[in-house]
Amino acid sequence: MAVIFPKSSDIILKVAGAVVGVGALIGVAAFTYYTYPTVIDTGYQPVQPVPYSHKLHAGQLGLDCYYCHSTVYKAAFAAVPATSTCMNCHTQVKKDSPRLEPVRQSFATGQPVPWVQIHRLPDYVYFNHSAHLSAGVSCVSCHGRIDQMIEVHQEKPLNMAMCLECHRDPAPNVRPANLVTKLDWVPDRDPREIGNEIIAQKHLDPPTNCSGCHR
Amino acid sequence: MSLINIQAPQGTGKKYWRSLNELADTPEFRQWVHQEFPANASEMLDGNSRRTVLKLMAASFGLAGLAACGRPVEHLLPNSIGTEADNYLPGEPFHFATVMSIGGHVTGLLVETHDGRPTKIEGNPDHPHSLGAATAIQQALVLGMYDPDRSAKVLQGGKESTWGNLESAVQKLSLGDGTGLRFLSGFVSSPSLASLRADVLKKFPNAKWVEYEAVSRDNELAGASMAFGQPLYPHAAYDKAKVVVALDHDFLNLDAPAPFFTSAFSKRRRVGSEEDLDKMNRLYAVESQFSLTGANADHRLRMKGSDVRQFAVDLATALGAPLGLNVVGNPAGNQSDKRAKFLAAVVKDLKAAGAEALVVAGPRQPAIVHALAALINEKLGSQCVSYTKPVIDKTNSGVDALKTLTGEMSAGQVSTLVVLGGNPVYSAPADLQFAVALSKVANSIHLGAEDDETAAAVSWHVPQAHILESWGDEATSDGLAAIQQPMIEPMYGGKTALEIVSWVTTGKFTKSHDNVKKFWLAQFTSNKEQGDKEQTWRKALHDGVVAASKTSDPVKVSVDSKKLVAALAAETKTAGSGIEVGFYPSSATWDGRFANNGWLQEAPDPISKLVWGNAAMISPKMARDQKLTDGDVISLTRGNFKMEAAVMVQPGHSDDTVSIAIGYGRQMCGRVGKDVGSNANLIRTSDAFYFAPGFTLAATGKRETLATTQERGTGDNQEGRPLAREVAIDEYKKNPKSIEEMSEVPEIHSIYSEFTYDKGNQWGMAIDLTSCTGCNACVVACVAENNTPVVGKDQVLRGREMHWIRMDRYYSGDENDPEVVEQPIPCMQCENAPCENVCPVQATSHSPEGLNDMAYNRCVGTRYCANNCPFKVRHFNFLNFHRHEPEVVGLVYNPDVSVRMRGVMEKCTYCVQRIEETKIKAKLDGRREIKDGEIKTACQQTCPAEAIVFGNINDPESRVAKLKKQERNYAMLAELGIKPRTTYLAKLRNPNPELTA
Repeated sequence: MAVIFPKSSDIILKVAGAVVGVGALIGVAAFTYYTYPTVIDTGYQPVQPVPYSHKLHAGQLGLDCYYCHSTVYKAAFAAVPATSTCMNCHTQVKKDSPRLEPVRQSFATGQPVPWVQIHRLPDYVYFNHSAHLSAGVSCVSCHGRIDQMIEVHQEKPLNMAMCLECHRDPAPNVRPANLVTKLDWVPDRDPREIGNEIIAQKHLDPPTNCSGCHR
Repeated sequence: MSLINIQAPQGTGKKYWRSLNELADTPEFRQWVHQEFPANASEMLDGNSRRTVLKLMAASFGLAGLAACGRPVEHLLPNSIGTEADNYLPGEPFHFATVMSIGGHVTGLLVETHDGRPTKIEGNPDHPHSLGAATAIQQALVLGMYDPDRSAKVLQGGKESTWGNLESAVQKLSLGDGTGLRFLSGFVSSPSLASLRADVLKKFPNAKWVEYEAVSRDNELAGASMAFGQPLYPHAAYDKAKVVVALDHDFLNLDAPAPFFTSAFSKRRRVGSEEDLDKMNRLYAVESQFSLTGANADHRLRMKGSDVRQFAVDLATALGAPLGLNVVGNPAGNQSDKRAKFLAAVVKDLKAAGAEALVVAGPRQPAIVHALAALINEKLGSQCVSYTKPVIDKTNSGVDALKTLTGEMSAGQVSTLVVLGGNPVYSAPADLQFAVALSKVANSIHLGAEDDETAAAVSWHVPQAHILESWGDEATSDGLAAIQQPMIEPMYGGKTALEIVSWVTTGKFTKSHDNVKKFWLAQFTSNKEQGDKEQTWRKALHDGVVAASKTSDPVKVSVDSKKLVAALAAETKTAGSGIEVGFYPSSATWDGRFANNGWLQEAPDPISKLVWGNAAMISPKMARDQKLTDGDVISLTRGNFKMEAAVMVQPGHSDDTVSIAIGYGRQMCGRVGKDVGSNANLIRTSDAFYFAPGFTLAATGKRETLATTQERGTGDNQEGRPLAREVAIDEYKKNPKSIEEMSEVPEIHSIYSEFTYDKGNQWGMAIDLTSCTGCNACVVACVAENNTPVVGKDQVLRGREMHWIRMDRYYSGDENDPEVVEQPIPCMQCENAPCENVCPVQATSHSPEGLNDMAYNRCVGTRYCANNCPFKVRHFNFLNFHRHEPEVVGLVYNPDVSVRMRGVMEKCTYCVQRIEETKIKAKLDGRREIKDGEIKTACQQTCPAEAIVFGNINDPESRVAKLKKQERNYAMLAELGIKPRTTYLAKLRNPNPELTA
């Protein structure tokens, strides 16, 4: 039988194989990397209908987180405030600002302001704000220094590794319950020491089994 | 499979069997049970082969990568105006008290809502007819509210129209003095509607209002009229009775669709101490079909429905009533010995019980049996029954009233007919030809929940609002009222009976809320100020009972024996030729009104375990005589009336009788209930309303597949392993260890180092088989709480039903008179769980509190765990069942539980969402301990018999720990060393020694 391809053509096949193989590996690696929560979720900063500045309100004016997110101590969800909460002040302060137009619209029409959700957990995760606050876990542990953000972005990955890290060793993230909304609180001694005292006093024992979060 | 070679069980001790095929032990049966899944169980539904699916999956994975590039924008939409004032917290459940009625049985309910949508129904603990429990039908109400097939449009002659058109049509009506004006409603138990009715009938003196229910309580009232000369409701106090004789009365299931009866009966079936053993009641049942009451009876005598009257006469005579009449012919000859012995034992037992004796008659039995029951109770001096006058007039109610009405309609005397709810074209007796009569009525207005048979036949159809979306009120038969309050605006623009009646008769539209509130404010004491009345109203709404309702006090009456004897003599002697057919409500669809409810269609019948359909139930002897087997289609004919139905052989059924459930074979119904089962109303006539002889039966040669959930589950039968254990009281007293001795538990040590579960909360469950009646309420409650999918008949046939708690039913003894044990099976939460160590991805593992956790998001669907589970309580989601549901049905989901997708194993977790929620609540209150009884699983909460007890077994004072200390407590398959957390308390029977000897 006549030789159609010279022997050297084998090398093309090998190179092509190698390229496809390496390409596939890179593809899988890239897919894994770019879909990882730390990459895809961390830093997420959507455009909000109203450029509400947490830095101004919570940071400079010193509003407590609880003033707006008023259900955190009682409910699983830290509810976004009703428009009427904004209007408590903005009927007097900056009452003609064009940026606040959507808020005034909402107050007048009863239609909600379409805020965009930033921190989002999968549907099969049942996170309860009130349980964490009563234990003494501060907002800052999961949300970062919101009081320094002009527009809020997601700072932490909020993935299962992050949850478990704290549930296995909560001490660094536990503080006196009255200080949970003090995002700029600086402990006067080792935070782990303070945390351990509170854990002992409150008999905290965060679950690390599946049904603690998945139901 | 044929019914050949049936042999009575051999050998000593009880042999349990689940179905007749098993008793027959045919080779086909053996093969069937040893194939773990029925044929083709792993094939896909829609004809896609596995290979195609793999190809499709590969393609969709590729595309999934692209879709994941950007994060979808999701909005948070808060209220415009804060609602903190109402204690409303977004995302947290909110409860409302309301009330519902089925055919005059009224039950108070508590409805859980999440952000404005009702998701779960519980009983109202403050309502005396609920006491915190709810039935299967009540549990399923919430699904019915979201039903996308519900009527949503005004129809004119079956075609879409508008409210405005109807308005002008109503304005054109000339009602005059009411001649030609007729109302047809179901059982009226609403005080405000009754008051409106009185006003209307005053304004239109020649108008008439007829009440008709396909399953009614009319015979109770007629019986009292016969015995006492006035219509009275009997109220049986089952909790006071030591000996109960039920004359064709299924008070544990079909004949009393309220949880209260079961809870009262079960009170004397809960055994905690020696004294309780002596207090335990004894139940005798006399009936034709095998009912749940028959299954729970200590002694059951099967006989034709028409023979019950003679039994009642004989019972009364034997107790010394001066009847002395030879009314009816002699009972079936072959049973006479048994019957005589049974009767003698009952008489003796009743006499001994005296004031604690109770004889009750079922609503299907004619008035004379009710009258005889009243007479017997009086003779015995029974303190267990009282009588009250109806608070709402019932003079124009029942089949005869409907017959008169259809007569008037056919004669053209009715110009305006207002049908308030119900579906009379489907449910009226066949001989009345209601549809034909309806066509003679010029103006017919139908208020109905569905686009059903009646909606198509009337001139105007108006959508009816669901109970959970409308205002109203309901009063129990003795007058205790409760307000029905809505949780949501009518989803499909429905109206209520109150609104339609007041609108048609006054021309003004008043909202139900205003009508109901006006009515009740007028009832509240008038010397107080308006503010106080408002407070009383608010309290009534909050409590779910109206404290100020005018209840009817028990009346002192005595039976007029002379009148009764005369009535008895006047009774026609029934010549029992041909086959007798009995008509029963269905435990799933009732009279057909719940036919479009998937939760109910898929809840297996408590005895036959039949789902998605009904069947003509016949006895094994009759099956052999007629050469019929399960699934053979027969025709039943009487006069001009004929129907076809598939046969199912029911052990313990009376011979030469066919029992069939109504409420199936709906032709105009939503997508769930259409053409499910056969329509028994085709042969149900006004002279054969509940049962009648004279039917002829013929095989048609056709076959139909019946879907049952029996013969699957924990292996083929008990196989000598005592799974459901039972013992007679006397034996138990002699040897309390007898339960424990039924199996030998060797000392087994695990090869793994064992975890000691001795700290904190250790959850466990005890299920008392003595008080459990097998009513199915827990099964539907679990579906509602845990978002369990409905899979459909085809999937049930493949063994893919998804109920996390199932009701196993074992027969034992003779096929003609079997005994039954019902056993609810949730996950056993084994401490050494066999499912856990075979999971390759650790999707199921143990919590420190002893729960067998299941992380759905981690499960990859190998199904190894289900294969290794000795109890078959793990259920695999084969086909993304929830995805095929209409979107609106998704609103019923409990947001606290994940909605599982295809390829995921599902199981009971002791309602871990409730456990975690309560633990968090306790933490917020600043405590670590959970009080005993603070957490209730969904099955426990709804159980009317309180047979299921859940709690912390680490706390010796908890109810569950105390129950587990009883000597009749046992663990199923303890010999496997799996240490189940769910244990059972053996069933205690209380047989009469004279009948067991």
